[in-house]
Amino acid sequence: MPICGGRRNTRFPPHVGFKEAPLEKRGKNRKKRADLLLIGALVLLAGALFLWQLASRSDGAVVAVYVDGERTASYPLDADTTVTLYTPDGGSYNVLVISDGAADVTDAGCPDKLCVHMGAIRRDGEAIICLPNRTVIQIEGGETSGVDVG
Amino acid sequence: MKTKRLTVMALLTAAAMILSYVESLLPSVAVPGVKLGLANIAVIFALYRLGWREALAISAVRVFLVSMLFGSMSALLYSLSGAVLSLLLMGLLRRTDRFSAVGVSVAGGVAHNLGQVLMAMLLLGSRRLIYYYPILVLSGVAGGVVTGLTAAMLVTRIPPFEK
Repeated sequence: MPICGGRRNTRFPPHVGFKEAPLEKRGKNRKKRADLLLIGALVLLAGALFLWQLASRSDGAVVAVYVDGERTASYPLDADTTVTLYTPDGGSYNVLVISDGAADVTDAGCPDKLCVHMGAIRRDGEAIICLPNRTVIQIEGGETSGVDVG
Repeated sequence: MKTKRLTVMALLTAAAMILSYVESLLPSVAVPGVKLGLANIAVIFALYRLGWREALAISAVRVFLVSMLFGSMSALLYSLSGAVLSLLLMGLLRRTDRFSAVGVSVAGGVAHNLGQVLMAMLLLGSRRLIYYYPILVLSGVAGGVVTGLTAAMLVTRIPPFEK
């Protein structure tokens, strides 16, 4: 009886006991090679995606703030400013600093502070995401390349 | 027999929960979603020893309980979509018998991250989130290798639960 393909016996005849019929038909080396190919393909895919993103974006013009998917505010990237963005319920906040054409979250009221550690963003499409506050701060192209806004 | 099977599933769920907890103690890296996915060790073990339905049940129950205990509702949605997508893909790949546990686990890690990104895009209404996917693919691969190697070792070393 072929082990792979077709439905396996899920009723567990007594002599098999608990163990499911092992799928070890193919040689270990062959599987290892398949594993490496898969890993290589995924790494290449990640690299290609990354390069494509780098190539397709330009310096942004506007910092847009989204809470729960709603655009709540936007600031020009070329005007240095510091704003504290409170969540709708007032329970938490993100401090957004815009300076030298880059936007950065320097402090936040969320427990993990991942958004603070994400660093500054300046190019179109880059974003700082704070999941606990359901806030997305992203760079947008402004009027010049205003395609695909959110 | 059935009782023993259920007990093993419960034990594996508990192990997965502990691994999630241990992982939450590790310092987090700069990008959300970059995790080793240690709980996947228990899930892959279940996938190889019990079957994909059992593994799916363990994974779903673990995500649900961990989110209830340490997380939030939105965390539950992200994790659940990742876990389900990951498990379906891992079950499928295991059936094809082309990859070892490491390959299966790598694919599962990448699928987990894809599920989370898609759910986050849906919930936050921002297509830009896909910009994080390249780094998540790499972290999924790295985490998948670690958990896959560990799970493969456990599958060969832990004696079958006979009788």
